[in-house]
Amino acid sequence: MTLAADTFTFVAQLVHQRSAIRLEPGKEYLVESRLMPLARQAGLGGVDEYVRALRQVPRTFEYEQVVEALTTNETSWFRDATPFEILTQHIVPELGRDRPDLRSLRVWSAACSTGQEPYSIAMALHDDIPDLAVQITATDLSEGVLKRGRAGLYSQLEVNRGLPAAKLVEHFTRVGIEWEVSQRLRRAVTFSRHNLLHTPPAGGPFDIIFLRNVLIYFDLATKRDVLRRVQSVVRPGGFLLLGGAETTVGIDSGWERIAVGRSSIYRHNARRAS
Amino acid sequence: MRALVIDDSRTMRRIIARIFANLGYETMEAGNGREALDLLEAGEVFDVATIDWNMPDMDGLAFVTAVRARHDWRGLTLMMVTTEAEHGQIVRALAAGAHEYMIKPFTPDAIGDKLALLGLIPLEVTA
Repeated sequence: MTLAADTFTFVAQLVHQRSAIRLEPGKEYLVESRLMPLARQAGLGGVDEYVRALRQVPRTFEYEQVVEALTTNETSWFRDATPFEILTQHIVPELGRDRPDLRSLRVWSAACSTGQEPYSIAMALHDDIPDLAVQITATDLSEGVLKRGRAGLYSQLEVNRGLPAAKLVEHFTRVGIEWEVSQRLRRAVTFSRHNLLHTPPAGGPFDIIFLRNVLIYFDLATKRDVLRRVQSVVRPGGFLLLGGAETTVGIDSGWERIAVGRSSIYRHNARRAS
Repeated sequence: MRALVIDDSRTMRRIIARIFANLGYETMEAGNGREALDLLEAGEVFDVATIDWNMPDMDGLAFVTAVRARHDWRGLTLMMVTTEAEHGQIVRALAAGAHEYMIKPFTPDAIGDKLALLGLIPLEVTA
C-alpha cells in the first residue's frame, strides 16, 4: 500500500513543528512502518485512515505518539566505542588538570533514547575512575523511551548489542528473561523529558554533554539554536561529544575542535576555570 | 580476516558464517570443540572463533580452556555464542578465558557490534 501524499506532508510538518526533525520525501516507508502499530491500536486499517481521523479531531496526546513513533531510534551500548574511551582516557584527565580537586562530574546525555547511552557512560566512569561521583541527566523527547530507561530492564537481544560480557555480569542481574541494571548505576542516572528546542534541562551546569547523532536531523538554523542552548549549560572548559557525521565547525564558533586519534571532540571556548 | 565457527548445528554455523562473510571474513566451520582443535593443530590460523557451549565430544568451555593453555594460540579471540544465559555461566566462560559472550538469539548486527568492541572490524570513524 502506498502512503497518500497529503498524509506524508501532514506527518512531516507535525514532526518538524514538534521536534525540528525533517522527514525528507523518500521517508514514506518510515511513516508507514512506524505509524502502522498506532493505526492498528486505534482499530483502523491503515496509516492514511489513521492520519485522516487524527486531522479531523486533533488530540495532543495522539500527536505526541506520532512524533515519538517517528523520532525514536534503535540504540546500542557503548555505541561507536571510541567516545567512551575518550571520556575516561582523555576528557576526565583534562578536566582533572584544570580542576585538581575534581571529585564529581555532571554529565548530560541528550536524546538518550531507551537509556543505553547514559548507562554506558555510568559504567565506563564507574569501572575506569571509581573515585569520581557521577550524576548523569538523561533526556529525550519521548516519554515512552524514558519510561524504559527508568525501568532499567533490557531484553536478551538488547544486551547483545555492544555490551561487553564483562560489563554485563558486573552491572546487571538476570530477572526472568530480562536483564536489570544495577541500583548503583540507576542511582547515577536521572531521566527527564526534554525537547532540545526548549530551555536546557535541570541538573547542570554540565562538565560533559553527549549530543550524538541528533544534529544530523536538523537544518542549519536549528543546529545553531540547539548548540547555543547547549553552550548555556556547559561549564567553562567543558566538553561536547557529537556523532561521527556531526560537527560544530561552521555552525557555532563557541567550541574548540580537538582531535583525539581519528575522532574529534569539542571544548567550550570560554575562559577555563583555573 | 579469518573466523572459525564452532557449533553442532549446521544451520547455526551457516547463519553465523554468512554474517562473517558479509563483514568481509573468510570462514571455516567445525561441528564441535575437538574438530576445531584439530584445525588449529593442523596449522590453520584464525582471528576469531565463535563457540557454542553444548556440543558432543568436546564442549565449548573445554575448547576455550584448551586454547588458553597454548601460548602459541594467544592471538585467537574467543567468543562464546550460546543459549546458556545464566549469569554464572557467563562468569565461568570469561574466567576460563573467553573474550566475549553472546547469548542466542541475536541479531546479525550484534555480531558486528561485538567484533567492533574486540577491535576486529573498523569502528565508525568520527569526523
